[in-house]
Amino acid sequence: LAHGGGGRAMRVLIDELFTSVFKPDSAEDQARLMTPALQQPGARLALTTDGYVVTPVEFPGGDIGKIAVCGTINDLAVGGAVPLWLSASFIIEEGCDIALLRRLVASMAREADAAGVSIVTGDTKVVEKGSCDTVFITTSGVGVIAPGDDLRAEHIRPGDVAIVNGMLGDHGATILAARGDLALSAPLQSDCRSLGHLMQAVLTACPGLRAARDATRGGLASALNEMAMAAGVSVELDESALPIRPEVRGMCEILGLDPLYLANEGALVLFVPQAEADAALAAMRSVPAGQGAAVVGRAAARGTVPVTMRSAFGGTRIVDMLVGEQLPRIC
Amino acid sequence: MVTGRRIRVRGQVQGVGFRPFVWRLAARFGVSGEVSNDAEGVLVLGFGRDLDGFERALRTEAPPLARVDAVESSGCDVARRDGFAIVASGGPGAETQVTPDAATCAECLDEVRGVGRRAGYAFANCTHCGPRFTIVTGLPYDRAQTTMAPFGLCDACRAEYENPADRRFHAQPVACPECGPRAWYEGSGAGAGNAVTRAADALLRGEIVAVKGLGGFHLACDATNAQAVALLRTRKRRPAKPFALMAPLAVVARHCGVSRQEEAVLSGPAAPIVLLVKAGAALPDAVAPGQGTLGWMLPATPLHHLLCDAAERPLVMTSGNVSGAPQVIGNDEARATLGAFADGFLMHDRAIARRLDDSVERVDPPMVLRRGRGRVPGTLALPDGFSDRQVVAYGGQMKAAICLIKNGRALLGHHLGELDEPLTWEAFLQADRDYAALFDHRPAAVACDLHEGYRATQHAGGLGLPVMAVQHHHAHLAACLGDNLWPLDGGPVAGIVLDGAGLGTDGTIWGGELLLGDYRGVERRAWLAPAPLAGGDAAAREPWRNAAVRLAAAGLDPADRFHGKPVAMLLDAARRGINAPLSSSAGRLFDAAAACLGLCPDVQSYEGEAAMRLEAMAVRCEGAAAFGDGCRIGVDAVFRELMSDAIPAPHRAWRFHAGLAQAFASRARALVAAGEARAVALTGGCFQNALLLRLTLGALDGVPVLIHRQTPANDGGLALGQALVALAQMESA
Ligand SMILES: [Fe+3]
Ligand SMILES: [Mg+2]
Ligand SMILES: [Zn+2]
Ligand SMILES: [Zn+2]
Repeated sequence: LAHGGGGRAMRVLIDELFTSVFKPDSAEDQARLMTPALQQPGARLALTTDGYVVTPVEFPGGDIGKIAVCGTINDLAVGGAVPLWLSASFIIEEGCDIALLRRLVASMAREADAAGVSIVTGDTKVVEKGSCDTVFITTSGVGVIAPGDDLRAEHIRPGDVAIVNGMLGDHGATILAARGDLALSAPLQSDCRSLGHLMQAVLTACPGLRAARDATRGGLASALNEMAMAAGVSVELDESALPIRPEVRGMCEILGLDPLYLANEGALVLFVPQAEADAALAAMRSVPAGQGAAVVGRAAARGTVPVTMRSAFGGTRIVDMLVGEQLPRIC
Repeated sequence: MVTGRRIRVRGQVQGVGFRPFVWRLAARFGVSGEVSNDAEGVLVLGFGRDLDGFERALRTEAPPLARVDAVESSGCDVARRDGFAIVASGGPGAETQVTPDAATCAECLDEVRGVGRRAGYAFANCTHCGPRFTIVTGLPYDRAQTTMAPFGLCDACRAEYENPADRRFHAQPVACPECGPRAWYEGSGAGAGNAVTRAADALLRGEIVAVKGLGGFHLACDATNAQAVALLRTRKRRPAKPFALMAPLAVVARHCGVSRQEEAVLSGPAAPIVLLVKAGAALPDAVAPGQGTLGWMLPATPLHHLLCDAAERPLVMTSGNVSGAPQVIGNDEARATLGAFADGFLMHDRAIARRLDDSVERVDPPMVLRRGRGRVPGTLALPDGFSDRQVVAYGGQMKAAICLIKNGRALLGHHLGELDEPLTWEAFLQADRDYAALFDHRPAAVACDLHEGYRATQHAGGLGLPVMAVQHHHAHLAACLGDNLWPLDGGPVAGIVLDGAGLGTDGTIWGGELLLGDYRGVERRAWLAPAPLAGGDAAAREPWRNAAVRLAAAGLDPADRFHGKPVAMLLDAARRGINAPLSSSAGRLFDAAAACLGLCPDVQSYEGEAAMRLEAMAVRCEGAAAFGDGCRIGVDAVFRELMSDAIPAPHRAWRFHAGLAQAFASRARALVAAGEARAVALTGGCFQNALLLRLTLGALDGVPVLIHRQTPANDGGLALGQALVALAQMESA
């Protein structure tokens, strides 16, 4: 793949690779959008954007294209929005394999279809070798929040329960394993998936749903810290309730990593009033992305720190935000 | 000639019976006038013929718990008056000093063991002894602001309290069975007998008893009963960490050698745990598995004296806590959390105002391992050359302790523990508030570690004060200099810093360093050849990790030694730099050496276990030759020798210690010989190792050497060093 300005080769490439798969409605420079849901009084638009960078770009359970679609859908979904439209922008390294790009685009289309989302506009740039690593993708997403739904962390109250939808750390562990050689590989798959259907199921079943966050970079620990601080509550996690695969746990033990900080691409945590916990669990388990739903903790009145975790032996420790690189502290 | 004089006494002079002491002296020297407490200490206005003798006696005859730092006098026109009065403290902030808790004095013990009204009374105390810092809830220090407030004085106690001739004059916690706290026992067994005898009976039956002490609960059992000790280990999930022991001196001497100096420290008012070399009758190995020393303390309160008298045997006295959590201090909290460990509770109804662990010390060579009950809030003098600026320092992450500096003295706070534990973090915040109030402290700057992942460092950044981040090992060195009163302009020293891990100025993890410099700054002159800390903090828990990377570096195959360990994965992750920062840590080098010799290679059940076992193994064959002596101190050859089965393991253990000591000592010696350094300072957590310390001292024979005496060489002393570095840098700025 040769980089360049607006040459003929580029246009052919874009036409063939992207437009043929995503099929935009118009050839204009902007997508023009409307949906009945938006016409209801009190409905609101939700807009989000995110850049995606991952090495390697393909890994067990997904690829950068799938993450770029799911990640943005999830950022809409955890706000209570029904995700509808996406844009996609590609920065492609000169020399990138066309077959790889084809696979990524197909993966994006497949994921968008499954989530009921259209990729309505996009852009591509090819940059000099070394200016980026294979391919970077930025997606923006638009969704509609139904009248009356208002999820936000400030709504969390003491006594609410924290529920996750499934296994934690699969994505982070998969990426680490995929980067290492055989010695580090374990039969792991990224949890990369979209959570739109799951969130709609919970919204329907739990009128009291307070807030939800996808636990991506920084893991569950960081998502909970943000939520607890915003809400002015403290959250206590129960270590023995955390759904973590033995393979992930084992890998974390060897690498000295804490699975609470591993990135996820299909995990979220939400807070519901205690009385709606069972309804939320049932709703989550009714969709594939929520099969492993589990109560992992509880909010309490604000204490000295936002998040703590109680171990199986009764000890407790503070669970911090991830601040940069974790350097050893044991002297 | 009759003259008037205004005499100011500074030091630890409040709450220790100083004013009645002055009153008695005045009578003896025929001095009239008055004495009072104020924010600066004690003030005497005296009028008489022999004021010189009176002033001299103030210094030389001070009561046991007093420490007189300065006596300053000037002439004054005191209105001549008849007699000598003790004047009530005036105004707020008049009495600001609180002294450390002190072990029961001989006179109180006689009363408790005698037939008077305090016979058998577990809470007897006087101005020469008793609880202090652990009962203070506010300032000024008087009964209303202690946990003795709910106990109204009976007539007899009030008379003592108000009589300047009585040793209980103004003893705030004065009490008797009529009016003071009481003890009781909760647990099974015959209801007959008092609280103490029921507890003792339970101990003799092999039960575990939670005992409420001065600074927190202990878990006690009969130390001569191997089954009871094993039961305590199982219940506490504490497989091997040595237990502290309590017994009267005569009993201690049956199980360990006790020198005259050791006896003095054991029986001093601080009554710390003292590490003593095993000798004589053995106790079950489970008390301190694999160790050559035992940690002993003498009973420090009447309750403990009575319990030891009734049990008539040494007791295990380990802190009453859930593994990893701080010591329990409340009665309800004890029932709730220690119920799973203890068969019974020896309780009392005097609340503990603040958690204070037992201090842990060694006498020969001298070393403070933990500063707690009996030592804090005692202050340390500052070396010459430092200004009067006020600084607070927040220390490290693992053995957190804070330090406040003011008016030429440093208050190095009590051992708090690991700050990721929520209760310990709360205790940190409480200590910060408490000490600031106690010291009436208004810091101009806050000092902390360079490591932004330390909770204390993050806290320092949020105060709105200028923050001075100090490199970890520079702080260790400065703490050692400060402990030795090395003047600010005393010139550069060579600092041998053998430590666990601290963030270096180059972004790697340091811990085996030869630093050259002083409070103001240091250069890194030599260091152990770095190796990856494979798994970050996991490397500090699992010694095999360190052995694997060192053996691989030395061209040996670690898989041979560590079957069943994921050695290939570990080395792969280390090569890729996945959570494997480079480190020159000496602590991890000890772990690696221990693992090579088969000493807890899998996991350390407590911090320092591998190194402590290595030391205990090495002392069995003192005198073997050192391993080969080598800016990077290579260790590849050392590891090849460590793996050589031709040499008995204890010899290898000893040669490892000796080689490390010599490698650093020879380089430090060279700096002194070249005139670059004026002395050598030994600091860092590894110098808790008595063998390493002795060998290093031996290798530095003839060179001036500074070692820690009153402050821990481990991170417990870090805050003092940080504060001194910050102060020194503020001076030069
Ligand atoms: Fe240290
Ligand atoms: Mg995002
Ligand atoms: Zn006494
Ligand atoms: Zn009384």
